[in-house]
Amino acid sequence: MSKRFLFIISILIVLSLTLGACAQPKPQTLKVAILAPLSGAVPTFGVSTRDGALLAIKEWNAKGGVLGKQIEAIVEDSQCEADPAVNAANKVINQDGVKFIIGEVCSKASIPVSEIAEEKGVVQISPTSTNPNVTLKADGSTKQYVFRACFIDPFQGLVGASFAINELGAKTAFIILDQGNDYVRGLAENFEQAFTQKGGQIVGKETYTSQDTDFSAILAKVAEAKPDVVYLPDYYNIVNLVTAQAKEKGITAPFLGGDGWDSAELDRAAAEGGYYTNHYSDQDTRAIVQQWVKNYQAEYGSVPDALATLAYDAANLLLAAIQNAGTDDPAKVKDAMANIKWEAVSGTITFDQYHNPIKSAVILQVKDGQIQYVTTVAP
Amino acid sequence: MKLDRHTLGFWIVLIGLIVLIQILVSLGILSPFWETLLKIGAVMSIVSLGLNLIYGFNGQFSLGQWGFYAIGAYAAADVTYRWTQMNNASGLMVLLLVVALVGIAFFLTAKLVARLRGLDPLSAFALYIVAVLIAAVIGVQLGRVLIAPATQILSSLPPNLSLQIVYLIAVLLGGCLAAEVSYLFGLPVLTLGSDYFGIATLGFTIIVKVLLDNSDTLLGFEEMKGARGMVGIPKTTSWLWVALFLIIVIILLRNLLHSSHGRAIISVREDEIAAKAMGIDVAQQKTIAFVLGSFLAGLAGGLYAHINGFLHPNTFNFIKSFDPMIIVVFGGLGSVSGTIMAAFTWALVLEGFLRILLPAGFETWRFVVYPLFLLVMMLLRPQGLFGGFEFPYLRQVLPKPYTPKTEEQLSLVHAIEEASEGD
Amino acid sequence: MNNEQLTLLQRIIKGKWIGKGFLALLALAVIWWVGGKALQSPPLFFQQIINGIQLGFVYALIALGYTMVYGIVRLINFAHGDVFMFGAFVSFFSVSQFQLHLWPIKALPSLPPALGIVIGTLSVILLSMVSCAILAMTIERIAYKPLRDAPRISALITAIGVSFFLEYFGALPFVFTPNFITYKRPFDIVTWYIQGGIHRLEAGAEAPPGSVIFSNVLIIIIVVSILLLVGLNYIVRQTKIGKAMRATAYDKPTSRLMGINVDGVISTTFAIGASLAGAAGVLYATAYPQVVFWMGIIPGLKAFVAAVLGGIGSIPGAFVGALIMGQAEVLSAGYISTPMRDAVAFTILILVLLIRPTGIFGEPEREKA
Repeated sequence: MSKRFLFIISILIVLSLTLGACAQPKPQTLKVAILAPLSGAVPTFGVSTRDGALLAIKEWNAKGGVLGKQIEAIVEDSQCEADPAVNAANKVINQDGVKFIIGEVCSKASIPVSEIAEEKGVVQISPTSTNPNVTLKADGSTKQYVFRACFIDPFQGLVGASFAINELGAKTAFIILDQGNDYVRGLAENFEQAFTQKGGQIVGKETYTSQDTDFSAILAKVAEAKPDVVYLPDYYNIVNLVTAQAKEKGITAPFLGGDGWDSAELDRAAAEGGYYTNHYSDQDTRAIVQQWVKNYQAEYGSVPDALATLAYDAANLLLAAIQNAGTDDPAKVKDAMANIKWEAVSGTITFDQYHNPIKSAVILQVKDGQIQYVTTVAP
Repeated sequence: MKLDRHTLGFWIVLIGLIVLIQILVSLGILSPFWETLLKIGAVMSIVSLGLNLIYGFNGQFSLGQWGFYAIGAYAAADVTYRWTQMNNASGLMVLLLVVALVGIAFFLTAKLVARLRGLDPLSAFALYIVAVLIAAVIGVQLGRVLIAPATQILSSLPPNLSLQIVYLIAVLLGGCLAAEVSYLFGLPVLTLGSDYFGIATLGFTIIVKVLLDNSDTLLGFEEMKGARGMVGIPKTTSWLWVALFLIIVIILLRNLLHSSHGRAIISVREDEIAAKAMGIDVAQQKTIAFVLGSFLAGLAGGLYAHINGFLHPNTFNFIKSFDPMIIVVFGGLGSVSGTIMAAFTWALVLEGFLRILLPAGFETWRFVVYPLFLLVMMLLRPQGLFGGFEFPYLRQVLPKPYTPKTEEQLSLVHAIEEASEGD
Repeated sequence: MNNEQLTLLQRIIKGKWIGKGFLALLALAVIWWVGGKALQSPPLFFQQIINGIQLGFVYALIALGYTMVYGIVRLINFAHGDVFMFGAFVSFFSVSQFQLHLWPIKALPSLPPALGIVIGTLSVILLSMVSCAILAMTIERIAYKPLRDAPRISALITAIGVSFFLEYFGALPFVFTPNFITYKRPFDIVTWYIQGGIHRLEAGAEAPPGSVIFSNVLIIIIVVSILLLVGLNYIVRQTKIGKAMRATAYDKPTSRLMGINVDGVISTTFAIGASLAGAAGVLYATAYPQVVFWMGIIPGLKAFVAAVLGGIGSIPGAFVGALIMGQAEVLSAGYISTPMRDAVAFTILILVLLIRPTGIFGEPEREKA
């Protein structure tokens, strides 16, 4: 019995070695890997990211590809976790011979991938990871091959705070945050800093964890504190739960959030009256925005959320950089990327010295069950 | 040691495989993709061997293995982080002295508790806590004094050598810390019945994860960055390091299990009452198995931390704490060879072959296939992949594999016991 | 030996005073901390208690399934939380796709609207209960029954496998999709506040300061839970199948010898436990209106802890344990620290187990596993 098992296992090992040796990249296509959390705790983010990036690649291919080559997308599931992300990155780099990576969504997966990308000289652009350490090494220097397409936390927090004070006339704010999510934590910390600097007062700060569904204890405290505005910079799934429960608790203060709110799945009835900062408004008249929303709807039948938009921008940025470099040599592409100026859905993007994009933000309001454009804030 | 033919064959194959893999890695034939998976496989082998000692050989249903793994990982990572990023031996010396002094405190308290005959476990636990707190405070203070000289000595060595030395000590210290925590935690908890012990240890894993989520605010370790994930850990763990540790662990376990201590440990799982009647200190054997198993978990954690150079509390989520349990059952309870083979198979198949073999568009099916495979496996071979089989070197005097009694047999035993009590 | 002859030290040891003192100190510190904060604002404290009751009742329904299955086959059924998830999804589809909650109004227009809504909601719950019972019986038949004579750990690993399968299979795009889905309640929410009497809170209005708020969700959860508990108690205590269940839990071979269809009883136990989880799924989704494929993991774990806390295998134990868990969770979130609430819950569990090794209502363990 066991001999046979041993035999099977050794066959598998031999097979793996041959497979490892055989995988050679085909020359006529340009391979781009998309690492997205298709399973794990947030697969819906992964699906949006994959769809956004795939749509960009499809559009480029329809225009004749890049550098005369068709683009081949290789999708890997990285589960929003460090280990699977490392395995996925190693797999696409070593087995598929990929030189360009779009992903991951979560910082905790993007950071270890970025270490590999930097080491192997593979260009990586993360659509949505906000942790500074995605593009920075532990000693504070910039990773040459790693970029991101999203805002970094300070900007959105600042925009949110000045909007709360100047436009909403808020004097007191309550912050609800997920201590375990660095995106949320970064936004909350920067909001707090900016809000107090501008003379506002934080009357309370409560934390939860990402798998909580019962927010009654926190909301009871919010109701008690009676703030002018509640800052809740999390993704739409948490926002739906919190705002729905807040309505039942008789909390009337407006909620304020970040780009994580942007989704077709946002419960607009519950979030009614809330504001959030975002990359773009789908009421924006710029052709690229209208085209993007229309194409996405035609392809997938739903309105794109922030994750899909950022993945679309990230893919476009990467392909444009390859186009600008005129070669698929990652060392040249990374320089082209650092100097790029690209008209994306979320505004005209350039990169700063830390490989963070410089772009403007818009503020949107949930009003009468619709998402309304309020104002644009330049960096 | 006299080598017979089979044992010699076993060692030749094992060492040969390790060297072969290293050669293939050096030549670039075995890509970093497979190299990482092999390293993870070896690390999982060590964790699972620790669990096999606790559950497979000693019969204690523990789900706490993952928590000790986390403790070892973060402790070792902190030591090497401070060495490479902050250029001092602060982590090393403080942890070294805390571990040493807490060890001494355990020893002294054990003497005291032994003299206060008849002390209940909870009271003993309270005494231990006080002792540990005192020892830890003294350890931190003493350690601080020794930072400067230790840094000087280590700095005088070539940088690569000193890093390897710090790394080696860090990994061992991580294991020791996990062992000490497990000793303290095991004091009251090991007295619980089997399923209750399982839940208490599961709780331990969850508490550790929550603490790590808040490591920068609650515990005060800025560099661990809580839920943002710890970066800047040197990637020191090479294939040779993990292989070396795996070999040492195999030898250690084999010799332990073949000694009288090992037989005592196994006798506890077979029948506690009979073991007690034979004069075996059941509580002591349980503690030995639990502490040693946790030491292996901590050790593996230290090795793991230096593979990717990145740690995140989510890696130590309680759902993943079932992984070592699955591996142990998969390989066969009470089979060292089975555990090792199952750990490698688990790592290579789940992250390796399934990634390569599943066609595009079916990426998410990996985790639909995995549980189905698990179900079929349990239905067809409930005794595990290897059942009772052991490789030659490990075989010799190992007793039969562990088959926990079924409900039916237990009820019969009770019926007989109750009947005899009635007489 | 006479008590007077013991030295002080011996008396301390004999009375386990060091351990008791240690626990008392711990308890005092917690009471001091929570009590001090609670006194600052009594309405907030009562609000938290009400929130805790709502949570506790849902946990109770899930915990009962764990405890019944454990009592009879000694299996920690890790897939139970996913059965709960399945129940929530069934009710989601029945409400938003098939408008099941509206059938009384459509079929009998003369019915008073309030009664129609109540009947509609109850039929949604009933459908979920039945679907979950069928699912659980299928799982039992396929995955657990063949392993009845195998070591317990094989069944446990199988349960983990089933749990993974239900989650990841549910996450596939053509099954439940990986999305977070906003749950549509089968009724409109109504909120009241207590301040010198019970007043209705208009939608969009702010509650007056110092008042305690509750909604019809709380009432529905309590009423449905109590109805189900009474029903369960009746089944277990008064009916023939209940008697068979108790006999099987006590001694399987002898029950078989007495002519009890043990397999049938086990299957029924799974079905009853799962139907309670199905009801819990609907109530949970009504209270916290979102469904997603992994939603069963955490409530499942908490309910399981509640069952162990109360003494696994004991039905009143599961209920009391769940209420304690609900309070512990909300109070630690409200007064200690939210991220620590899981840690607090498990610390309570471990401490209770140290004092009573088989839980609050648990019988002393009679087996070595």
